[in-house]
Amino acid sequence: MKDMTGIKEIISPENLAYKKSEILTDEIMHYCPGCGHSTAHRILAEIIEEEGIQQDTIGVSPVGCSVFLYNYLNIDWQEAAHGRAPAVATAIKRLLPEKFVFTYQGDGDLAAIGTAETIHACNRGENFLIIFVNNGIYGMTGGQMAPTTLPGMKSSTSPFGRDVRTMGNPLKMTDIVATLPGTYYVTRQSVHNPSNVKKTKRAMRKAFQYQKLNKGTCFIEIVSNCPSGWKMTPVQSNKWMEENMFPFYPLGDLKVPEEQPVQQPKSE
Amino acid sequence: MEKELRLMKGNEAVAEAAIRAGADGYFGYPITPQSEIIEYLMEANPYETTGMVVLQAESEVAAINMVYGGAGCGKKVMTTSSSPGISLKQEGITYIAGAELPCLIVNVVRGGPGLGTIQPAQSDYFQAVKGGGHGDYHLIVLAPASVQEMADFVDLGFELAFRYRNPVMMLSDGAIGQMMEKVWLSPPKERSRTVPDWATTGKPPTRERNIITSLELDPNRQEIFNEKLVVKYNEIKEKEVRFEEFQCADAEYLFVAYGTSARVCQKAVELARNQGIKAGLLRPITLFPYPSKQLNKLADQVRLMLSVEMSAGQMVEDVMLSVNGKVPVYHYGRMGGMIPTPDEVVENLKERIKGGR
Amino acid sequence: MTEEILIAGFGGQGVLSMGKIMAYSGVIQDMEVSWMPSYGPEMRGGTANVIVILSSERISSPIIRHFDTAIILNQQSLDKFEQSVKPGGVLIYDGNGITRHPERKDISIYRVDAAEEASKMNSPKTFNMIVLGGFLKVKPVLTMENVIKGLKKSLPERYHKLIPENEKSLLRGEEIIKEIQKF
Repeated sequence: MKDMTGIKEIISPENLAYKKSEILTDEIMHYCPGCGHSTAHRILAEIIEEEGIQQDTIGVSPVGCSVFLYNYLNIDWQEAAHGRAPAVATAIKRLLPEKFVFTYQGDGDLAAIGTAETIHACNRGENFLIIFVNNGIYGMTGGQMAPTTLPGMKSSTSPFGRDVRTMGNPLKMTDIVATLPGTYYVTRQSVHNPSNVKKTKRAMRKAFQYQKLNKGTCFIEIVSNCPSGWKMTPVQSNKWMEENMFPFYPLGDLKVPEEQPVQQPKSE
Repeated sequence: MEKELRLMKGNEAVAEAAIRAGADGYFGYPITPQSEIIEYLMEANPYETTGMVVLQAESEVAAINMVYGGAGCGKKVMTTSSSPGISLKQEGITYIAGAELPCLIVNVVRGGPGLGTIQPAQSDYFQAVKGGGHGDYHLIVLAPASVQEMADFVDLGFELAFRYRNPVMMLSDGAIGQMMEKVWLSPPKERSRTVPDWATTGKPPTRERNIITSLELDPNRQEIFNEKLVVKYNEIKEKEVRFEEFQCADAEYLFVAYGTSARVCQKAVELARNQGIKAGLLRPITLFPYPSKQLNKLADQVRLMLSVEMSAGQMVEDVMLSVNGKVPVYHYGRMGGMIPTPDEVVENLKERIKGGR
Repeated sequence: MTEEILIAGFGGQGVLSMGKIMAYSGVIQDMEVSWMPSYGPEMRGGTANVIVILSSERISSPIIRHFDTAIILNQQSLDKFEQSVKPGGVLIYDGNGITRHPERKDISIYRVDAAEEASKMNSPKTFNMIVLGGFLKVKPVLTMENVIKGLKKSLPERYHKLIPENEKSLLRGEEIIKEIQKF
């Protein structure tokens, strides 16, 4: 056994590299190893904690893999029916305009069954944040084709690969909502490596700060992976995502407001 | 403040009563024959006076989910529609019932199935009273028979919804929605400032976080929740039955009818009595809970019951269950947007008395 | 006292608004009232009708098939509703465009040529007020004073400048209505 005195010296505030956010509960997450959801949750929790807005934030969770999101973040939550989160959030924000409201939705929820709710909330410029996690597949129900599944990509309902002639083309919802006058800040990020985690965190902080300006909908797409659904190891899935998803869903800002938030973003 | 007398359409009365009841939000989508409700609210623009939010949603589906969101914040929120639109709302309604949220839903019924007709009907009784959406749940269902009641039941509906944390449906129809009558409007109430302890308003350090959901994957816990709902529904059945009797004291023949049909039957009672037939009318005001006990009591007194409905025969099943075979129960109905006339109702009663079917 | 009235004609003839004015006037006169319109696409250019009930007692059914008075403003409505007048009741019609005149022998029939008169008065929009004036002459269930008040109540503020013209038409209707057959 090694000498423990050395470890005690290491555990000191100046050496702290990572601390679990107070906003995260002790509930064990149900996500598969390597899944991007848990990282996205952690970023969200950190922002709520750092901005000090726990008692002013209401989240709307979706139907899909992140259906149990309300178990993991210690804030008030509403669980929406499949695809309806933007409608639920619309009413919450209109009735409690001083609060921070966000939805967290997957690609099936946001870009298939909830297309109308998504587009109309953005078009009305509802003043909340939509976090859109796009992994190109229905994870929760066992790997079926999503509206964002890439051409040729295999899933349990496109076993020979997505044939765009019969199954349609993948829908770029983020590009669509960026064209709507109601959206204020639209960006596409990922959480598969530390530098992108930092970028996503910066984007999310901006989005919450923009919400105070009351200028319209903020929309953050997080292009993510699904090791189980894609039938890959976590490392393979991230590599596949970089090689296949990013060319189709390029990362970066799609709409950036000229006006900057009152508070400048903290440096991450 | 005193009540104010107005001449209004039923639809307009709902809208004005909502503002006066201190509603926090209305979310709707236009559909005949109830679009006057959202038109009235948009014109009245209560956001400037009471702060009530009025929003035209992109669909009935979105509107009911907005109601879910607003109700989850502990706010007094409502939506209105007519039959095809109410079908679209069923998903949201069962989620609202499952999350035990209070809200008011108004159905100004038109004839179906499908796109059907825009004329009045009572063919959504089963949908309102027996289910509509999936799962074991009940709405509290109020059936107005006048413009006055369309106004009064807004406030009553919210009161019941919050008392039981349960969605309330006002089951009206195109006739009452479109017709004008005198209505005494209650003085405006302030919007409530009290926040229910279950509402999502942002988690302060002083309480656990609130989660509005209808999801429970563990069957043991889901069953416990279902049992809790049953207890609630039983309490509602015990305490909230409402009905009106018209000339029942000495009645030998009983009409059972709600809403517009009850108005027709009231006239039919007068006409029948002019011809020496001792008819009476029981008008259920709540369709859930149903006035079964009172009907069972009347079954000891009358010779037959005739359920009169603008449907193929829906409520008649509840009349039969209530009397449990004590007396013959018949149905007389018109469909497709047709409204029975008092004369034809009396003629039908006379045939039943003679024993013809 | 109960007066059950049907008004039927083309959409755009002011059928529904005439009924509305009667209903408002009834409220002012402390009566029970109901106003039950036909509604929907048929209103837009097609036929329109409304049942107005004025009563000193609580109104049971707002939907009835037989009327004390039927006010008929086109041929289709005459064909459809002539038989709906109660025996001994009143039928008032505008002769404009009528090719088959009422044939019932068991009712009183009056004719008010309001369309013609309105065009003579160069006041086509108050056509329905001429008809209403005629009705009030035959069935004075509402006082002229209360009808004017009802008119004010049912017209939006911005149209109140038109009230004198409407009043004139009401009075003209009283003058021109003709008795065709007294039962």
